[in-house]
Amino acid sequence: MTHLIIFLAFGALCVAGAVNLLVQRHPINSALSLVVVMGSLAVEYLLLGAEFVAAVQVIVYAGAVMVLFVFVIMLLNAGEEERTRGSRVAMLLGIPGMLVGSVLVGWMLIGRTGRQTVAAGALPGAPRTIGWLLFHNFLLPFEVTSILVLIAIMGAVVLASHPDADTDRKES
Amino acid sequence: MVPISYYLVLSGILFACGVTGFLIKRNIISIFMSIELMLNGVNLSFVAFAAQWHALSGQIFVFFVMVVAAAEAAVGLAIIIAVYRTRETLNIDRVDLLKL
Repeated sequence: MTHLIIFLAFGALCVAGAVNLLVQRHPINSALSLVVVMGSLAVEYLLLGAEFVAAVQVIVYAGAVMVLFVFVIMLLNAGEEERTRGSRVAMLLGIPGMLVGSVLVGWMLIGRTGRQTVAAGALPGAPRTIGWLLFHNFLLPFEVTSILVLIAIMGAVVLASHPDADTDRKES
Repeated sequence: MVPISYYLVLSGILFACGVTGFLIKRNIISIFMSIELMLNGVNLSFVAFAAQWHALSGQIFVFFVMVVAAAEAAVGLAIIIAVYRTRETLNIDRVDLLKL
């Protein structure tokens, strides 16, 4: 019973944060509500027993990635978003289509998985077991990801560096 | 005991919110945050299915999704900075050189 109550409380918080992200005009408010979504999702992961994933969610997502977002918002001094008229096709087709699609997916999910329930901490994903899997069965993907991150770092540095910086260095 | 479908519906709601934000938001940073929201919804369904099938590889996949999302955030925000430097705007409707 407590499990269900905690799930519903944090699920509601999660959905409230997601809706707030859509409603807010100022990007910094959207960013902070995204932090709320990620924090409450970490609690949902803990309920499912995924301890390692919950910790990484808080450290990497709610920590590092959101700090990057807030940093860029502050750096670019992003103000309130101006309302321009979006495409009419998106309004007429996109939103009803998305509603129909999500109702279909929800109906299918509930129908297929049925009454199958999951206990609190059903599948314990402690850092020890996750780490063992990561360095045995998933060693190659892990190494490939490290190369991907390296490329991403270099790409970010190249893209964000000032275009005149290169020529300045050559002249001096 | 919580039905597994509750988790899946929650993840579906998050994904739908992300898609909606992607469509209606005009600020390029907000659009980027909507993408992160979609990734989070998918991660929740990964963890829920991992618990349903008792397969830890679902949680490993979430780890990989997070790494790719972090890399994507770094590169994407660098692109946003570059766009702002050349176009002096964050409004996606004003970045329309490719539009007919």
